[in-house]
Amino acid sequence: MTTIAEYQAHSARENVEAALQKVHENESFHALISTTEARARERAEAVDRGEITGKLAGVPFIAKDNFLAYGAPTTAASRILEKFEAPIQATAIEKLEAEGAICIGKANLDAFAHGGSTENSTFGPTLNAFDQTRVAGGSSGGSAVATALGIVPFAIGTDTGGSIRQPASFNGLVGVKPTYGTVSRFGVVAMASSTDTIGVFTTNASDAELVMSIMAGQDNKDMTTLPDFFVPVSAGDKKRVGIIKQFMTDDVDAGVRAVVQDYVQRLKAKGYIVDEVDMPILRYALAMYYIIVPAEISSNLGRYDGIRYGKRAEGAQSLNDVYGKSRDEGFEPENKRRIMIGSFVLSSGYFDAYYLQAQKARTLLIQAFDELFKNYDVLIGPTAPTPAFKLGENSEDPVKMYLADVMTVPASLAGLPAINVPGGTNPDGLPVGVQLIGPRRSDAQLLAMAREVEQR
Amino acid sequence: MITPEILAKYKVTIGIECHVQLNTKTKLFSGADNDARNKEPNAVISPIDFGLPGMLPVLNKEAVILAVRAGKALESDIASVSRFDRKHYFYPDLPKGYQISQLYEPIIIGGVVRVPQEDGSVLDVRIHHAHMEEDAGKLTHYSDYSLVDLNRAGTPLIEIVSEPDMHSAVEAKAYATELYRLMTYAGVTNGDLYQGNMRFDVNISIAPLDAMELGTRAEIKNLNSFRSVERAAEYEYRRQADLLEKGERVIQETRGWDDAAQKTVSQRSKEDAQDYRYMPDPDIPPLRLTEDEIALYQSVVPRLPQYYRDAWRDLQLDRSVADSLLARRAIAELIEAVRVQAGSAATKHVAHWFASSLSDETSEITVGQDDAPRFIELSNMVTANELSSTAAKDIFNELLLGHDSPRIIAERKNILQVSDTGAIAAIVDEVLSDPASAQSVADIKEGKDKAIGFLVGQVMKRSAGTANPGLASQLIREKIKDL
Repeated sequence: MTTIAEYQAHSARENVEAALQKVHENESFHALISTTEARARERAEAVDRGEITGKLAGVPFIAKDNFLAYGAPTTAASRILEKFEAPIQATAIEKLEAEGAICIGKANLDAFAHGGSTENSTFGPTLNAFDQTRVAGGSSGGSAVATALGIVPFAIGTDTGGSIRQPASFNGLVGVKPTYGTVSRFGVVAMASSTDTIGVFTTNASDAELVMSIMAGQDNKDMTTLPDFFVPVSAGDKKRVGIIKQFMTDDVDAGVRAVVQDYVQRLKAKGYIVDEVDMPILRYALAMYYIIVPAEISSNLGRYDGIRYGKRAEGAQSLNDVYGKSRDEGFEPENKRRIMIGSFVLSSGYFDAYYLQAQKARTLLIQAFDELFKNYDVLIGPTAPTPAFKLGENSEDPVKMYLADVMTVPASLAGLPAINVPGGTNPDGLPVGVQLIGPRRSDAQLLAMAREVEQR
Repeated sequence: MITPEILAKYKVTIGIECHVQLNTKTKLFSGADNDARNKEPNAVISPIDFGLPGMLPVLNKEAVILAVRAGKALESDIASVSRFDRKHYFYPDLPKGYQISQLYEPIIIGGVVRVPQEDGSVLDVRIHHAHMEEDAGKLTHYSDYSLVDLNRAGTPLIEIVSEPDMHSAVEAKAYATELYRLMTYAGVTNGDLYQGNMRFDVNISIAPLDAMELGTRAEIKNLNSFRSVERAAEYEYRRQADLLEKGERVIQETRGWDDAAQKTVSQRSKEDAQDYRYMPDPDIPPLRLTEDEIALYQSVVPRLPQYYRDAWRDLQLDRSVADSLLARRAIAELIEAVRVQAGSAATKHVAHWFASSLSDETSEITVGQDDAPRFIELSNMVTANELSSTAAKDIFNELLLGHDSPRIIAERKNILQVSDTGAIAAIVDEVLSDPASAQSVADIKEGKDKAIGFLVGQVMKRSAGTANPGLASQLIREKIKDL
């Protein structure tokens, strides 16, 4: 079973037991940090008794472990939150549960979603669904692999700079990063507040439309949510598509480019008009991202201080010791790296040169996108410059790891909707994804386009 | 020894930052109860105040409205767009690791506080800006551990930053006092100083009279009374003058006020100053206010102290009397209601009663403008000689506590003054015919007028204090003349 509709043909209990069985069978991939078995079974019985109904009644799903959810700790794959039991649930989880969906477990991620391979998890990496010697992608690697392995028909994740789109690309899935503000961030462990988005992994565009239409909507607990706008649409008029020149250079893996070109041919066959577009400012996007995002990370991670909840180091002799040791023992090296970069760019004397400059550049980036969207409905390119890379291949060199985000961070900085659609495979049989980027609030149009071109 | 001559060589310059707790129902960014009084520690906190993962701030509209009202009292401009920023530091009273404040684009811009001076002149203290921010929690330290209470964490504040326009401790105190009146009159704070509803940070520096630049300043933090503002400023003036006289220099530092020792003490120097790594808060969209909204919110600001000063000018009240009436908005409103309803004479009566009973700044006052008719009636009874001044004061004190009319109270206490000539004349006859009065009567006939006091006293005694003493005295004279 891979689609939501197939699950809806079975009882909730059957679905939950089947999903838990598949979790067990696929333990070697390490897609999950925990299961929420007891709570899932209770809810399944309630669905089967007719007490819970809705558009996703009895459909199991998995949530990335940075969503506050009942039934298991919310760890963010970090030692500092290893035993943290959430007293409230994320709005996204609440909305899915209100439609009868059943969360069966919490997916692995790079600790605090810092990374692009899920190798930064305190609890060990998740392996690629197609090749266990390769990374799952990240940071929502566990959610992607769980969906690709058919454990559940959909899994939810977060995308701050590509954390849904890139693992979707590496595992052959539809992955949706919506317009910033589409889904409430309430109850999701914050990474970078100005680019954090909540989205979904599915095997097909229709399922993504369904799940997104449920999660989307204004929330009075998140001031940055937009007024409701997400309504699934049909593909409509044939559109103009711009293929981004900067994403198709010789630096990009040839197999990846071939899959994107093939997707372009399919678009043309459906009547879309495709031109090459030039967007020189994209070369600065990664630099902007790795200033603004660490700045926000350094701020958002300040609350993990060992005082009120989470890990407190043993044997601290002073207040500063409590802070220093708890944070030293609780955070992964990549967390610390980003806290240090972020603290530096916000510090007195450097704020203007780094943070402020990056924000000004971000405004120019947004303007450049807006300019292109005057003439194009959708921009297209690869989601990542390569297919899934080998485990350990990039982990010694943080900059090399950051470069893997070069194609996903622009839409994040501009708050634009961007989705990964499965394009095909490279000569080695590894999945390659195609990225569709649209103007703000065009999420439903992007998914309609994906559905139209989709090969079922 | 710091002499007045030495102090006179230096000019002192003072600026004040004042934190005002807004009296909203809920906190600045959460739905938790904003009233922490008499609550168990950590009883009024939400997951947002606790800094739980995944929690987001939701700006309290009521706090914004109160800030806009405060802006009217300060004669400030209200920003059409203001923004919130994060101020970072680690301390257990700060759950998120940052305080949400407004550094770059505050809501209240400019303004002035017109401070009445002892000599009747007015000192204009300019306001640089005022910004909204959340309060931190409270730590209680024990020998080898500390306890955290987050009840106050997230309470909405406005921090009002003055220009350095004050040049004496007396001016600093007068500014703090007037600012307190403005904020309580505007209805933005409960103004309970004991509870820390208003806290003052005093920035103070001194420089030789002929110096072109200001001296190095010290900041005395967290003063919570007008008197401590004055005393701390005065102490600092002397301390800094002493340093300069000794050829030393003032260092830029934060100091605290030790109320028991009546001195300021160093807390941390500029070298230890933290880098707060301010950053725009990405969780809170810019706060936009239209001119219509601002006008609407400000339209309900009650009358401010200056209104009453102007209205009462013709009463020619002593400054100290007027000040004590203005200390509380409810009293000012009551006095003004008396003035409008009954005119100057009654207002003076009531004003002086209040002024002499309000020595204690913290005493609870439950009367307000709706009680004006009762106080007017009391005044009328005095004018009509129905009450002695002592009896009137007695009844006044009862008016403050209950809802009875003064006549009912007077009847209950049986202290209505008898001004019936026939009744008093009968008592006078009794007194004069008493042999004990003979000497006094003789004295009066010889022109020793003071002796009448004894006779009036006898009349008062026989009437159980209800006789009008003026009338009694008049009748005694007439009757002795006829003897």
